[in-house]
Amino acid sequence: MSEANQEAREYDTAAGHVESVAEFEDTRGGVLGKLQHLLHVNPSLVPLIVLVGAIVIFGLLLGSKFFSPFAMTLILQQVQIVGIVAAAQSLVILTAGIDLSVGAIMVFSSVIMGQFTFRYGIPVPVAVLCGLAVGTGIGAINGWLVSRVKLPPFIVTLGMWQIILATNFLYSANETIRSQDIEANASFLQFFGTKFSVGGATFTVGVMFMLILIAVLAYSLKHTAWGRHVYAVGDDPEAAELSGVNVHRTLMSVYMLSGLICAFAGWALIGRIGSVSPTSGQLANIESITAVVIGGISLFGGRGSILGSLFGALIVGVFTLGLRLLGADAQWTFLLIGLLIIAAVAVDQWIRKVSG
Amino acid sequence: MSEATPVVQGRGIVKRYGHVTAIDYSDFELRQREILAVIGDNGAGKSSIVKAICGATIPDEGEILIEGKKVNFSSPIDARNMGIEIVYQQLAMSPALSIADNMFMGREIRKQGFMGKYLRQLDRPAMERFAREKLTELGLMTVQSINQTVETLSGGQRQGVAVARAAAFATKFIIMDEPTAALGVKESRKVLELIQDVRARGIPIILISHNMPHVFEVADRIHVHRLGKRLCTIDPKDYTMSDAVAFMTGAKEPPTEDAA
Repeated sequence: MSEANQEAREYDTAAGHVESVAEFEDTRGGVLGKLQHLLHVNPSLVPLIVLVGAIVIFGLLLGSKFFSPFAMTLILQQVQIVGIVAAAQSLVILTAGIDLSVGAIMVFSSVIMGQFTFRYGIPVPVAVLCGLAVGTGIGAINGWLVSRVKLPPFIVTLGMWQIILATNFLYSANETIRSQDIEANASFLQFFGTKFSVGGATFTVGVMFMLILIAVLAYSLKHTAWGRHVYAVGDDPEAAELSGVNVHRTLMSVYMLSGLICAFAGWALIGRIGSVSPTSGQLANIESITAVVIGGISLFGGRGSILGSLFGALIVGVFTLGLRLLGADAQWTFLLIGLLIIAAVAVDQWIRKVSG
Repeated sequence: MSEATPVVQGRGIVKRYGHVTAIDYSDFELRQREILAVIGDNGAGKSSIVKAICGATIPDEGEILIEGKKVNFSSPIDARNMGIEIVYQQLAMSPALSIADNMFMGREIRKQGFMGKYLRQLDRPAMERFAREKLTELGLMTVQSINQTVETLSGGQRQGVAVARAAAFATKFIIMDEPTAALGVKESRKVLELIQDVRARGIPIILISHNMPHVFEVADRIHVHRLGKRLCTIDPKDYTMSDAVAFMTGAKEPPTEDAA
């Protein structure tokens, strides 16, 4: 044995050579620790508890006026647009981005569907496809600017929001296409508003679309390689790249999918309000971010479940309807939502401490 | 391939960035079944030469032969497809994902049949089984659950998973870039043991390290890099750590004949 090796040995002996390789002991303890762990594993549990709690409380206060199939499905109808947009927002936020242009993409797509049909006489299904294509295209530009030009998502989508909204007003000449005209000439545009009832509960195609969309995305995020890559990119893009994930392709797919989903939301918006209005849906971006945050998806990316966003949107819907039925001032809704947002982020920070 | 063919051979590799020459006609050689340590002062270009070998940078001149065949990697993915794995100092893992997810990141296994082909469903049981097997082989299976997220592991445990991942997929060789730099003394020990375990399986390793005791403990040969090129290759049994440091810094002339 050389002098050098001897030196190395001594170095180790001094440090206390440990024979067993990598012990993995559990240091978390107590009820609080267990709760923290549970929430860490199931991030959508908090919004689910809040949602169920809110329904129970309003149900007790309001009785059958609130706790009826009619009221429950009314909530679904009221949150469908925000729910669909929140699904798009969730994807972007999971990659540690943010999409402020979701509402603008939604409105612009609906305007394109309407104007292409009425101004140019294009068959409705083709006009709808054009609207969906434009939404996807805008998403692609967002994605490219974020992934290739490396601009912060906040800035890219802040700019894109203004650009699309301005284009929307310029192109539509601020004209609304009336509900009656659509109903008479292009009822396919209102397809998402089609109602059907199941035992006193009224569903619309839009509501079903929202639920199916969330289910499909939840599956894709959890059970496909693409979904794992979305989380990995949001967690640490450099690490993902080094592990062999195509970060550019993942980001492009997320922003394009987000654009496409927003365009679908635009179509659903026509079904919901009946008309095509360039001034509608102005709050969709803030409302979608609210749903995502209350739903427990981390704004820092890589954490959370898309089901949480659905719960988040529903919580807002339950509060809105419940407080209105109680006759409270609508401002109480905003006040409570504000509290929920802050509480949700505080819980997220607490859960993240597990990694410490 | 005969026993004598080096696993990697670099000849006259050059890499320039503007006026800066990061690699200056350097040679490189990794032999079969060895741990080759690469040492050098900061800025000597030891990372650059290793990056050139794994496709992270594309050299301006020179050639690289893997098992005697000339290769032209355009990205680390190319190298990875050939069975070359890299363990990074900063670990390259997604903390919020599970151990199994991390081991298969970028090379997931899909289910057979309809679920896998059309619904692209991952074969979780197969991935978990494989991950558990690989961790057990390296004596790391004191992990409570393979579905534990990586962030719940300590630094040493994470590095263990990274080494297990590399060992599981490497067929040619593994590059380890300062694998112990971010670790405490005890955890470094475990990782050094892992490195020797991996060598015992016949997979050669390139170990970039600043830590002389670690280098002298595990390396079979030491490649001393200075001023952008290979200065010499020494056998750790013939020299002391102070000699190695002296070669590295230019305080001492290198042996004229390649000792190893």
